[in-house]
Amino acid sequence: MLSYLFRRSYQMLVTVFVISIIAFGVIQLPPGDFVNSYLATLSGGMQITEDAVAALRAQFGLDDNLVVQYWKWISNLLVGNMGISFQYQRTVADLLGERLPLTLAITIPTAIFVYAFAVPIGIYSAVRQYSPLDYAFSLIGFIGLAVPNFLLAIIFIYVSSRYFGGNVGGLFSPQYELAPWSIGKFLDMLQNMSVAILIIGISGTAATMRVMRGMLLDELSQAYVETARAKGLKEWQLIFKYPVRVAVSPVLSTIGFTLPALISGTEITATVLNLPTTGPLLLNAVRSQDMFLAASIIFILSILTVIGTFLSDLLLVWADPRIKL
Amino acid sequence: MTDTIVGSGETRPAEVVENRIISPARLMWWKFRRHRLAVVSLIFLILAYLVTLLAPFVAPDDPSQRSRSLYAPPQAIRIIDADGNLTWPFVYDLTMTRNLETLSAEYAEDTSRPLYLSWFVKGEPYKLFGVLDMDVHLFGSNDGRIFLAGTDSFGRDMLSRLIYGAQISLSVGMVSVLLSLVLGLLIGGISGLYGGWIDNVIQRIIEAIIAIPTIPLWLGLAAAIPRDWPPLYQYFAILVVLSLISWTSTARVARGRFLALREQDFVTAARVYGCSQFRIIRKHLVPNLMSYVIVTLTLAIPGIIIGETALSFLGVGLKAPTVSWGVLLQEAQKVQIIQFYPWLWIGPAVCVVSVVLAFNFVGDGARDAADPFSR
Repeated sequence: MLSYLFRRSYQMLVTVFVISIIAFGVIQLPPGDFVNSYLATLSGGMQITEDAVAALRAQFGLDDNLVVQYWKWISNLLVGNMGISFQYQRTVADLLGERLPLTLAITIPTAIFVYAFAVPIGIYSAVRQYSPLDYAFSLIGFIGLAVPNFLLAIIFIYVSSRYFGGNVGGLFSPQYELAPWSIGKFLDMLQNMSVAILIIGISGTAATMRVMRGMLLDELSQAYVETARAKGLKEWQLIFKYPVRVAVSPVLSTIGFTLPALISGTEITATVLNLPTTGPLLLNAVRSQDMFLAASIIFILSILTVIGTFLSDLLLVWADPRIKL
Repeated sequence: MTDTIVGSGETRPAEVVENRIISPARLMWWKFRRHRLAVVSLIFLILAYLVTLLAPFVAPDDPSQRSRSLYAPPQAIRIIDADGNLTWPFVYDLTMTRNLETLSAEYAEDTSRPLYLSWFVKGEPYKLFGVLDMDVHLFGSNDGRIFLAGTDSFGRDMLSRLIYGAQISLSVGMVSVLLSLVLGLLIGGISGLYGGWIDNVIQRIIEAIIAIPTIPLWLGLAAAIPRDWPPLYQYFAILVVLSLISWTSTARVARGRFLALREQDFVTAARVYGCSQFRIIRKHLVPNLMSYVIVTLTLAIPGIIIGETALSFLGVGLKAPTVSWGVLLQEAQKVQIIQFYPWLWIGPAVCVVSVVLAFNFVGDGARDAADPFSR
């Protein structure tokens, strides 16, 4: 276990390092260096002194070569200094601190939602293969895969505004917008968040339940299942005791793919539903080429998926000692 | 899928088949054909791509031709006229009245003016394939302009815009996937062939790219595309951005197959026989992994089409005057439009979803067929 932990941590650090290079590349991509584009975005009323320009250039080493620049950027980042956002005139760390909690508050429950629904549905579909419900789930699964998150969000807005007259979008309904915190406001927030969780969760559930179904079907055709049945074990007891346990661990290990997809989904869905996560912030940053902000968001989101995958891998090894790769 | 493959082609008597050698391609086709949904989807996709080739001919109107009917709803095609008799298909002309309270246009069907549909109608002149001067459109009405899918904020025909949009949206998927095929085969091949530290470095890079949430990374890369580039440059830049991420799955498959095949007896035999490395790759390795790669690519296309749509929808991908399904969906950023003019987003949404579904089904069928010797 300990050696696995070390090996896995080392691997994680390497991944983080490569991600940081990619994020740094994103900063470098737009033509022109960022102090120039910063000066260009300043409105007439704002003044910036020569000293401030020089200080900015020195802090991020814009006159040095790329390796030195990368080094300055990453070492600043590691102590929490992620640069400044030109557009908001605030530090990136400040902005992220405001927006990131909501991103997490939506993504983590969504991940739980996905596995909580996908695994039982997958089990049912495999055990009752080709039953009407299996076909129904397959159909829903395919639609869930084919309808991108943001379209689902649009459909949701349409249905609720047209047929229920409800107000959609935003973290709070209008009557709570400026109200002080209360139980009602909290419940209202939860309701708006659950809409997002549902929308983002559907495609993840669709993909994961297909995997679960396939894995369990493979397992159910094994000889040991037949043996257990012959020995007179009750059907459901048999299924849950052996094949499900074998099939579920590779399914749970797909979280390395699921988590980035969920975060991706959270960002774009939040943009449509106008939820103040990092999604709308990233979009604004990208539109105005506010690259420090954009790259920091990409970097932080990726780190979150890496840590999430790491934790779930550890849990898996703890639960299923055969996985020691 | 319980049947054995050799000699069980549904339409062919077994004894005819057993006497000759069946090529793997034929075996794959037989197996693919058994997947009904995949075959139907394949036909649908072929038709869809045909429509994009002939877009100016199929579309009843020019996509940028404005009209005075702003936000007109789709006209229903009818086959029963006002007197209850069955007739040739027609639509009723729309009359616009302005609601004096809300100042918005309201449309009603003018049952006294049926516009009969017909095939091969003379309309806006266009150049087919960029060279042939033509003015005949596949269908339309000789009695007036028709808007089968409604109109947008400038009174432009949505159906024509959807058909022209398909040109961009569908070609992005194809071209981008070809780019990622080249990248994936090259990088995956190098990784699997050389092994060692090269393999290690490439694998770490792939892992890192997979760990980064796709849409944020696409957004970040798309931010670098200069806003003042002409549409064609932007189109290619978006292609590159999309394939810069999607090559990873191809590379993984290519590497895995390379590693597995490298140890096979026929490769050893070829090597002992004195084949050059290049010949082994070209003659023995690539044909054997091609089917797997094609499956991966088919399953990658929907992701790319959704990626283009999402980027354009968010306003960082393609932009008007380019018409793609994602650009059309940009209208759906306003709640009022989602609510009151649903045909503006339902049209592109239906197009995207049906194409993505079709590619998924074809990919599923192809995956089963890729290994014709499996059960």
